[in-house]
Amino acid sequence: MELTDILIKFTLIVIIFAISLVVAMYSTYAERKLAAFFQDRVGPNRAGPWGILQPLADGGKMFLKEEIIPTNSTGFLFIVGPSLAIFTACIASAVIPWGQKLTIGTTVIDLQVTDINVGILYIFGVVSLGVYGIMIGGWASNNKYSLLGAIRAASQNISYEISMGLSIIALIMVTGTMSLGEIASQQHGFWADGWFSWNFFKQPLGFLLFIVCAFAETNRSPFDLPECETELVGGYHTEYSSMKLGFYLFAEYINMFISSAVMATLYFGGYNYPFMDWVASNAGTNVSVILGVVFLFGKIFGFIFFFMWVRWTIPRFRYDQLMDLGWKSLIPLAIANIIITGLWMTFIRG
Amino acid sequence: MEPLSNKRKVLESKPLTLMERAYLPAIIKGLSITMKHFFKKPVTISYPEEKREFSENFRGMHSLKRDEDGKERCTACGLCALSCPAEAITMIAAERQKGEEHLYREEKYAAVYEINMLRCIFCGLCEEACPKEAIYLDGDIVPSDYLRKDFIYGKDKLVEAPLNQ
Repeated sequence: MELTDILIKFTLIVIIFAISLVVAMYSTYAERKLAAFFQDRVGPNRAGPWGILQPLADGGKMFLKEEIIPTNSTGFLFIVGPSLAIFTACIASAVIPWGQKLTIGTTVIDLQVTDINVGILYIFGVVSLGVYGIMIGGWASNNKYSLLGAIRAASQNISYEISMGLSIIALIMVTGTMSLGEIASQQHGFWADGWFSWNFFKQPLGFLLFIVCAFAETNRSPFDLPECETELVGGYHTEYSSMKLGFYLFAEYINMFISSAVMATLYFGGYNYPFMDWVASNAGTNVSVILGVVFLFGKIFGFIFFFMWVRWTIPRFRYDQLMDLGWKSLIPLAIANIIITGLWMTFIRG
Repeated sequence: MEPLSNKRKVLESKPLTLMERAYLPAIIKGLSITMKHFFKKPVTISYPEEKREFSENFRGMHSLKRDEDGKERCTACGLCALSCPAEAITMIAAERQKGEEHLYREEKYAAVYEINMLRCIFCGLCEEACPKEAIYLDGDIVPSDYLRKDFIYGKDKLVEAPLNQ
């Protein structure tokens, strides 16, 4: 690898990192604003015009709060918990294809940090590591509410990861690859071979299962049992203060961003958009590539909006309902989806 | 025991139908309801910039009135202080000197007139008690402040602005 390649990759990583932090930051603002709109209110509007400086004020507040480490907590693990949560949230973005190859002069810039051939497995591994942050933090707090929240998070993630994995298996059967870059390029354009090229139209049930599981994996409402205020004070982050609490909250929003990006890539064509070949031949490849990135972010923001829309609509599931839904409905449906996909591949597609 | 009314109704818990157990129809219905609210105008009145209109008999901050010549109506009779259930009003009377006729209507006036806005319950008994129609609770909401002493309003804040000659 040449020096320029390393530099390009490094810049790309920094840019992606910055983007995911900024998106997470403004997700908190968007969440509050959308919550207000859904409830016929105005929302934060004092810090800057329309309150757009609110995330900065919140961040500043988090930094300036007193750092409290409870006497009875397990000191080292208490700090490891939030660090792990934010770390795993940040590294998942490495395999997501943000766009096609950009050509400037003779240098070709691939807008994906690394296209490993087990991209989906990597994402799954990282996401399931994320629950360790919650578990360690909740256990190390030495508080019964934190512990309960952590246990809930762990069992919830295990239950829903199974059906998530099964719904992905059906997708992999269709695509025949686990590399996210290839999956994205397979969904080229919008229409191919007499059917929509996006995987959503080939795997509608799989997508439904995946999005339900994504809600559970990111601990978003209606599956926000690990941190439900009404039962567990604050759940796993009850004992946390200052920026460590900020890390937990931030990790949740980064996770939401990443899972939106994964859903957009796997099921909604990633950076592909209708008539991209026409744009590429008429306006130039680079324009088409940049437009693709814009479309990908549009899809991601659409999913983030959906996450928030659902949060302010559906009340929280009871714990037994959550487990019922996970084990008795989603897993059988996911297995049925695999079987249907298999039959379709054997008999219809041939 | 026989029922007092025949309004009692025994409800039986029915198991959920398949549609209800599938959650999705209900969720879609809920999402459409929230989306309807998304496009509604917010009901919020952003307070310091916009103000809700007060009702006609709203009782706010007091004002000490002047008569049509711009003289203070208050004659420091003390009936308002006497009627005040919260004992929020205090005053010191003084005699009008020669040459002050354009300032005060009667021979006696209030040299000091103080209302403790933290004690006041805005009941309006002072304006009812006043024989000279000198005090009315026709002002705005009493603004917030940091120190208790700043809530004791003297004549500088209470007396109506002088008429423009």
